[in-house]
Amino acid sequence: MKRSPSITSKLPPVLGLAAVLAIWLIASEGGLVPEFMLPSPAQVGAALVSEFPTLLANASVTLQEAALGLGIGIAVALVLATLMHRVRALYRAFYPLLVVTQTIPTVAIAPLLVLWMGFGMAPKVTLVALTTFFPIAVSLLEGYASTDKAAADLLRSMGASRWQIFRHLEFPTALSYFFSGLRVSVSYAVVGAVISEWLGGFEGLGVYMTRVRKAYAFDRMFAVILFIVVVSLLLMALVTLLRRLAMPWEAYEKIERND
Amino acid sequence: MSGSQSVSALQAEGITKSYDGRVIIRDVSIHLEPGELVCLLGVSGAGKTTLFHTLSGLERPEEGRVLLQGEDITGRPGKISYMLQRDLLLPHKKILDNVALPLVIRGEKPRAAREKARGYFAQFGLEGTQDQYPAQLSGGMRQRAALLRTFLGSRGVVLLDEPFSALDALTKREIHRWYMGMMDQLQLTTLFITHDIDEAILLSDRIYILSGQPGQITAERTIQPPRPRGLEFALSGEFLDYKKNILSLLER
Repeated sequence: MKRSPSITSKLPPVLGLAAVLAIWLIASEGGLVPEFMLPSPAQVGAALVSEFPTLLANASVTLQEAALGLGIGIAVALVLATLMHRVRALYRAFYPLLVVTQTIPTVAIAPLLVLWMGFGMAPKVTLVALTTFFPIAVSLLEGYASTDKAAADLLRSMGASRWQIFRHLEFPTALSYFFSGLRVSVSYAVVGAVISEWLGGFEGLGVYMTRVRKAYAFDRMFAVILFIVVVSLLLMALVTLLRRLAMPWEAYEKIERND
Repeated sequence: MSGSQSVSALQAEGITKSYDGRVIIRDVSIHLEPGELVCLLGVSGAGKTTLFHTLSGLERPEEGRVLLQGEDITGRPGKISYMLQRDLLLPHKKILDNVALPLVIRGEKPRAAREKARGYFAQFGLEGTQDQYPAQLSGGMRQRAALLRTFLGSRGVVLLDEPFSALDALTKREIHRWYMGMMDQLQLTTLFITHDIDEAILLSDRIYILSGQPGQITAERTIQPPRPRGLEFALSGEFLDYKKNILSLLER
């Protein structure tokens, strides 16, 4: 049977969070750090409440960019990984290149994209797509490669075509890998969109951050950071939920392994 | 099936197969008559699985051919139903979909394939598992599901590679009895691999012994008493004689 996590397993993270908050409280309220540089948790909370409508409006722009970019990233990753899996020559030709693209820092190409594409949505979406496709593509490739060879033989003995083996075996096998990659990519997507907004734009959480930074409004800086963290966590939880819906059989396999 | 009595259900003629320049089996010829249960017995490494891969069409032999009811199917998979060593139920498909898979692969509409498969669940003792995932089933149940899938994919001939080896002794006896009944009911012709000499003598009409390197058919024995054979036979002197004979053949 499935057991709900006990209270003892929830205690350590709660204690950890409390410790961090306590240190923050002592540092700010105790006067260790000047108040204008490190606002107290209460001040950040107040800023979060008062700025919430603005944050929400900006978030909708940022999330649109992130979603669009992620969508393109997923599509590119699916096509690329599948082609590379099917055609060995493509794998050998592109895999090293794929890894190299990941050593290019996001912040370094963001200004370039702005120069090429202007201050609209295009450079942001492009940046998000560039940063998100990689984890998904690599996960998918790994997933395809992990297919049980004996199961593939079984399908071939039934007379299955390559496409049927892909559809009934390889793709479902890679699905758990895909979701692991997606989980990483979702947080990349938000961060990518924010960073690209720093470099120019009219709306969005990144634009908002630049604005409050220039005003030395530390409480609002902290508020927006906190907001981004929460949004990213929510999106990751959404991925976990999607995974459960898409792969209902996983729940039973975990029970079996725990026995 | 053609009405002619003279056509074997399955016939292999002079099969030679090698991997990476090493000959695994040489000049293997066997035949299965309709309704027969034949066992392929041999020490590990004699090429039993290679022979099955070749019979099923997964591998093309360098020499020889495979005939299914007289039709040449050498190197053409999808004609003979083949159950590999593990049950190999796909973890992401419900039992019903797993079992119906060979029909879907063959081009039947998933809906129709499921309906057809559903009709056999009770007969295979799988009632109630249709919508479960393989991870939810016990080893014995999974094996039955794999056998049902094998049967649904077959056109009368099935190859089973150590179908009962993963089961405990009690489950094994039960499944043996059940499988024999099932085979007669469904008019199947079976060729199976086992390491278990007792199992071979209890179940088979005939036994082929594959041994040597490269593997060759070194002996063929017919087990006389009619199936099904119960405990009485398993404890008889006759059974022991068969066993002695086969052991000596294997050790040669």
